[in-house]
This record gives sequence, structure tokens and C-alpha cells, in this order.
Amino acid sequence: MPPTSSKGRIVLVHLYPREMSIYGDLGNTRCLAARIRRHGYDVEVHDHHPGMPFPQDAHLLMGGGGQDSGQSRVEDDLAVIGDRLRGLAADGTPMVMICGMYQMFGHAFITSDGVELPGLGILDVTTRGQSTRMIGGIVLDTQWGEVVGFENHSGATMLGSGQAPFGTVRVGHGNNGQDHTEGARTHNVIGSYLHGPILPANPAVADALIAAAAERATGRPFEPEQVDDSLADEARTRQITRLRARGTGKLKDTAVH
Amino acid sequence: MLRTSAAIIAGKTLRYAARLRGGGSALPGLVAERVDPQILARTLASVPGGIVVVTGTNGKTTTTKMLAAIIAAHGKHVFTNPTGSNFTRGVLSAMLGEIGVGGRLQADVAVLELDEWHALQFAKLVTPTHSLLLNVARDQLDRFAEIDTTAKLLATLAGQTSQVVVLNRDDSFVFRIAEGLSGKEIRYFGVDPEIADQVPALNEADVRFEDAATPPPPTTDDGLLHTVNTRDFAIRFGPAEQVGPLALRQRGLAAMVNATAATTMARAVLGADFRTDLTEAALRTVTAPFGRGEVIDVDGHPLELVLVKNPAGFTVALSTYGAEPVATMIAINDDYADGQDVSWLYDVSFASLREHGVAMTSGVRAYDMALRLDYDEVLVEQIEPDLAGALDGFLAAYRGQPTRIFCTYTAMMALRKLLAARFGLAGFAQEGE
Repeated sequence: MPPTSSKGRIVLVHLYPREMSIYGDLGNTRCLAARIRRHGYDVEVHDHHPGMPFPQDAHLLMGGGGQDSGQSRVEDDLAVIGDRLRGLAADGTPMVMICGMYQMFGHAFITSDGVELPGLGILDVTTRGQSTRMIGGIVLDTQWGEVVGFENHSGATMLGSGQAPFGTVRVGHGNNGQDHTEGARTHNVIGSYLHGPILPANPAVADALIAAAAERATGRPFEPEQVDDSLADEARTRQITRLRARGTGKLKDTAVH
Repeated sequence: MLRTSAAIIAGKTLRYAARLRGGGSALPGLVAERVDPQILARTLASVPGGIVVVTGTNGKTTTTKMLAAIIAAHGKHVFTNPTGSNFTRGVLSAMLGEIGVGGRLQADVAVLELDEWHALQFAKLVTPTHSLLLNVARDQLDRFAEIDTTAKLLATLAGQTSQVVVLNRDDSFVFRIAEGLSGKEIRYFGVDPEIADQVPALNEADVRFEDAATPPPPTTDDGLLHTVNTRDFAIRFGPAEQVGPLALRQRGLAAMVNATAATTMARAVLGADFRTDLTEAALRTVTAPFGRGEVIDVDGHPLELVLVKNPAGFTVALSTYGAEPVATMIAINDDYADGQDVSWLYDVSFASLREHGVAMTSGVRAYDMALRLDYDEVLVEQIEPDLAGALDGFLAAYRGQPTRIFCTYTAMMALRKLLAARFGLAGFAQEGE
């Protein structure tokens, strides 16, 4: 039970919930907001839309996946708020960027036609468009333990020489299907291809982000409450067991046609 | 001709064998297709009254059933693929039951439900005379990858249609298709502006953007839905012509919109032969397709089986059934036909279930569903991934009460089999396979 007096107020910014939120990414925002409350903090969820002023306080940022048309709709706004985002990232603000926003947080996206679209450069990664998609269940080892999700991307992402990945692929494709890395992590910024959405079933990752956000918001160390994660643990471990038993990243297609 | 006959005989034999075995509606079509790839085109070419394709993300099966019923009520012999086998081979399989070895299809009109991708494959073989494009929503993105891609598939189909394209005027992904069309008649269906505030519940506003495009003002060939109350409605074509008021057997606004779409298309196909009284009679009697709110009698009490397969569909189902809360079970599988990425559950709000809670979650992703409900503060009484155990536990706990199960496709097929075995419903599990 959360205590009655709040430990502080955390501002959670959801970047482009209309344009870049197509694979249940809203679930990450719902999860973060609910867990912040369960840990005894107040939360203010701020939806950032293209053209809007970026909020003065931003303790935790979430961005999701979109379609090509969605990405083109946010490019101009990203150019406007890019310096602010780079400053927040360098200063240790926790962020979780999934799929399309992960790619846009990198150096560049090179389309299959060879056109280079610059990214924010917060993560030292470069993504190339491909004709085949990497789709299926995925299991990672991370510093927060095993993480499970679902990947669905055609971009193949390569990490720069000093760039740490988010995790190591145990089942699935990951960044590029070649080097067993998945995602990227710099300071408290996590980029990843994992849908699921990633946070509800992997609460240790959610709480790591919340801990950093709480410290930034209050100036004190994170003061967590006991949160019952038995449902999340059951959902995660069951799915990991299934995927490990299959041994590949692709769920077996049921013959429909 | 010889090749066609051989293909038909091969397919017919297999269709008979498959029926004896009790399932598998696409396999006979596959065999016939292998033997003679042109069989579909050649056979359908003999249908004089039109080849009508119904496609879109949600409501295909319901709309196809309504459209076929309306046209049949006008005395026409309709060939349709009523089994929900909405791929080209399913059409071929259904056809094999209707044709003689000579290859003639005994039908005046063909009404075919095809999913967005297979509609295009079909159009490569056979030119549709009429296309009815219902809506575009996120559905199994792991298959079609992106919603924009789906919209493009529909636009291509519309371009390949020879006579009439009927578009949804309330879905900007669909009505914008008119911009690129020429040389064919375009008609629209939609809801009256008086209930336009209910459209967001049917569409997904979050993936649509404000743009200047609006559909042209309705003409007397465009069907508009007027609701009288939650069950009764009318479809108006200008000020002088009206179908209804009437009530469908199937509940909810989505079914009324489907009826409006079907009626608008039936009027285009039938032309001067179209009659409002025959249409009303057909719509009043058409029953819900399998899993679309179909009601099963469990010891004298209704069990409603509701198929859910994408955020828009689940949201509509919750608002349709939310007014009459009963004991609820939710069964989520993640096979190919269900959608392997269960992220979509987070794009549905389950707040309407908060007051009464959910009695049971089941299916391969039973715990993911329970976790999703937990984040909406919906209490879950029991979690049992095994469908048979869950069904028995659920029905035992709520014996003598009305019940409802929301389920994904493969969970529904498994539950139908179990229900058929438990309650001795002859032929019940076969439909739709």
C-alpha cells in the first residue's frame, strides 16, 4: 500500500504518443505511471506532441515505435527539441526509447535506397533499412536479469565501437541478427527493439528507470515500496521458458494459408 | 478445359474427404489451385451478376454474411465463402462444392470475403466488379507490418475494380482512396452526423491525423446510419428512401455500421431490383457469424462467445457488451492467427470491466492478460492457461448465470470444440475451420 504522503513529484514525458506509439507503447507509459504511484510518488504524465513547447521539468522520457509516415511527422520537432534532449541525456535523465525512436536516437538511419537520414546522436548506433523484417519472440540477458519481449523491425542496427548494448541476445535476432547485441545504453538512456510492451513484464527495468527519475526529481535516493510483481514474474518466466524451448527467434507460424 | 475438369475433380474429392474428417476448408482449394492455376478466374467469369469483394480490418465476416443474405432475399443465387476462410484458396474450396465438373458455377452473384492481402492476390486472377472497403485498423502488424501498407493494399484493390467501389466515409484511411480513382463509380456508407461522436469508438483516432481531406457530401446512393436507440436503426439514402427502422440479431453499433455497408453495396449490385422490404427482412433474420457475439445455451443460460483480434475490435466489443455486465472470461493465445505480439492489449482500455472484475483469464498468455488487467486495476479471480480447465472452472463457478468469453482466434476455435463436446452441439465446432 503506498504511503499517504507523497515522496515527491515525477514528470514523465511521453514523446509523440500519436505518431510514435503503434505497438502498445502506451503500455510502457501506463506501467511507469502506475509503478511511480505504487512506490509512493506523485506522477505527472506529459504528452509531448510535435510543435508543442517541451516541458520545463522532465524527469523520465518514453518514446515508442511508429510507421514511416509517423517518423516523418516528428522529424522537424526532433530537430527543434534535439539540443534539449541531448542535454537531458548527458545529464543522466532516464529515457526508454523503443523501435523507431531508438533508431532516431542513433547517429543515422540509412534507407534501403542509400539515403542517409541523420538522427539525434544520443546513442552511438547506425541503422540500415533492409527488405526483410526481424520478427519474433526475444530473450535477453541484461544487467537487470533476463528480459523478454517481441521484436518486429526491418532496420539492422550496428553499435559504435564504444557503445554498450542494452542486452545480449539469448533467443531472437536483436540489433542486426549477427552480433548477438540488442539495443543500446548510454548514461541512463536505454534504446531497444523490444515490444511486449517491454516494461510491464520486465519490472526490474521499469524500476531502474524510476529510481533514476526519483533521484533527479527529489535530490534524494530512491525510496521504493514493496510492489507485488508475482503476475509480471509469472508472465515473464513462462514466456522465457517457451522461447528457450523453441530455441530460435521465430515463433513457429501456424499454417493459416 | 480438360485441365480444369481434372483440377475440379481432384479438389472435389479432397473436399469430400476433408468434410468426412471434419475440418480444413482451404486444403481442397490448394490442390485444385496447383492442378489448374486459372480455375478461379475461369469459373468466376461465368457469374453474370457481379463479383463482389468485401475487405478491411474489422467486420468482414459479418458484413459478407449480411450482404449475401440481402442479395439472396432478392431471389438471386449467391455464391459466397461463408466459412471465414478468407483467403483465395478458401474461395476455391467453397466453389468446388457449387460447381459441376464442367466448370460452371451455378450463381448469379459472387460475394467474397477476403483479407487485405489476399484480396489483392485474388484481384490478380479475377477482376472484381464491386469492392466494399470497410476500414483500416491495426491488426496483426507482425503480418502486414504497417497500417499504411494495409491502406495501400486497399487502394490498389479499389483501382483494379471494374464498376463500383463502396468506401467508408468515416475512416480517413478509406475515404482518401477515392482521390486516386478514375473510371469507376464511387459510393459511400457512414453514420449520420448526429451520431458522429460515436465514431472514435469504432476507429483508432491515435493513428489518424488531422488533415484537410473530407469525403464529399452524401448523395442519394450513399447509405447513412441513423440510430433510434441501442437496438433499432434505419439506413437512409437521401431524404426519400429508407431501410428500417429495424433491429439486428447481433448487438452493437459496429454491427449496425456493417449492415449500412452491406445495404449500400447490395443497392449498388442490384440496381433497379433493390427493394427495401426484402432488405429489411434479410437483415432482421441474419444470425451472427461464429464468434461474433454468438450465443450458446449452457444448461438454459446464455454463454456469449466474442472474438477479439485487435485494439479497435476489442474496444468496440467492450463498449457493445459493457452495458450488460455478466461473469467474464478472457482467453488470449499468440499463434499466427491470433497475432504473435500481444502488445496490442495495452492499446485497449479495460476500465469498463473494473466494477465487476474478470472471473478468469486463460490461454497461452493468461498471465500477460492478468498483468494487463492489473495495470487497469481490474481484479482477476483466477488464472488458468489451460483452456479446458479454465472453461470448466469458469462455468462451474458461475453455474446458472449468463456468462461471456472474450477470446482470440485460436482460443475461440479450441473453446468451440470443447463446448461442442460438452453440450453436444452438432456441427458446432466445424463452422469456420
